[in-house]
Amino acid sequence: MGNEQKENSNKYSIIIPTYNERLNIALLVYLIFKHLPNVNFEISVVDDGSPDGTQDIVKQLQSVYGEDRILLRARPKKLGLGTAYIHGLKHASGNFVVIMDADLSHHPKYLPNFIKKQMETGADIVTGTRYVKGGGVHGWNLMRKLTSRGANVLAQTLLWPGVSDLTGSFRLYRKSVLEDVIGSCVSKGYVFQMEMIVRATRKGYNIAEVPITFVDRVYGSSKLGGSEIVEYLKGLIYLLLTT
Amino acid sequence: MKHILKILALLVAISACWIGLLQASVIPESYTWLLPLYFIVSLGCYGVLMVGVGLMQFPTCPQEALLLHQDILEAKDFLKNKGVDVGSN
Repeated sequence: MGNEQKENSNKYSIIIPTYNERLNIALLVYLIFKHLPNVNFEISVVDDGSPDGTQDIVKQLQSVYGEDRILLRARPKKLGLGTAYIHGLKHASGNFVVIMDADLSHHPKYLPNFIKKQMETGADIVTGTRYVKGGGVHGWNLMRKLTSRGANVLAQTLLWPGVSDLTGSFRLYRKSVLEDVIGSCVSKGYVFQMEMIVRATRKGYNIAEVPITFVDRVYGSSKLGGSEIVEYLKGLIYLLLTT
Repeated sequence: MKHILKILALLVAISACWIGLLQASVIPESYTWLLPLYFIVSLGCYGVLMVGVGLMQFPTCPQEALLLHQDILEAKDFLKNKGVDVGSN
């Protein structure tokens, strides 16, 4: 089929916010280069002053892969995810932007799928979904799956978002679309990811999905306590009323 | 149009149907008065069903952890040879 051989003249800026990801960022960079051999891309590491020396590792990676391929966009301290993306967007030279997590829960082997899906459909946003066939999660116990599924059903019923995975943060955006949507988002954390995709849906942007697998490596630590559930519900109500 | 307005419009339409049914007396009135309750309970049951079905069909990928482990070994090996410090965190 002609599509596979078509010249991809796009440039992809991969923005990765980091905080204490000294080892993971190196592994992630290696895997990105491994899985995107013929693609024009740059990696923008937005580090919030990690005390573990993440920035030193990034500089070592720059000497291996080139300072034009790996950009270090350092910030003095933890300043939040939304502003991290905005910071990465400044000086991003690609016409597409990928956002992904630094902890290897998002595997770069899916990047070609994101790119291919976008070229096939002309989508403005391609979002990774863990909840469809071909995707999946590893490392979640029953309780975690239950809350995830319950949260998803509630969000689908209230918001009609048009995507199956609202809180996912492995996404490909057309740069102009990301700039447009991010300007109107005010939430924090995973509610921020929800707000981004819901606002994009409301604005009529074309959103496609690709299945991804998600390996949760923070074993044993409960990331969903009562306060997180309350935050989530507050976020849902906020999105219901303001989007 | 804001999303909340769409939902309110839907609720208004449903309420209008319900009031219409009350006026028209096609169904016994005692039954009609209970219809909103039945509707809410059905919605709740549907939600619980969706959660249950989703939970049973929740896609998992145990083999991915193993593949990731192998990728990590490969990455560490390559980077060590290139002089990047890959000691653990």
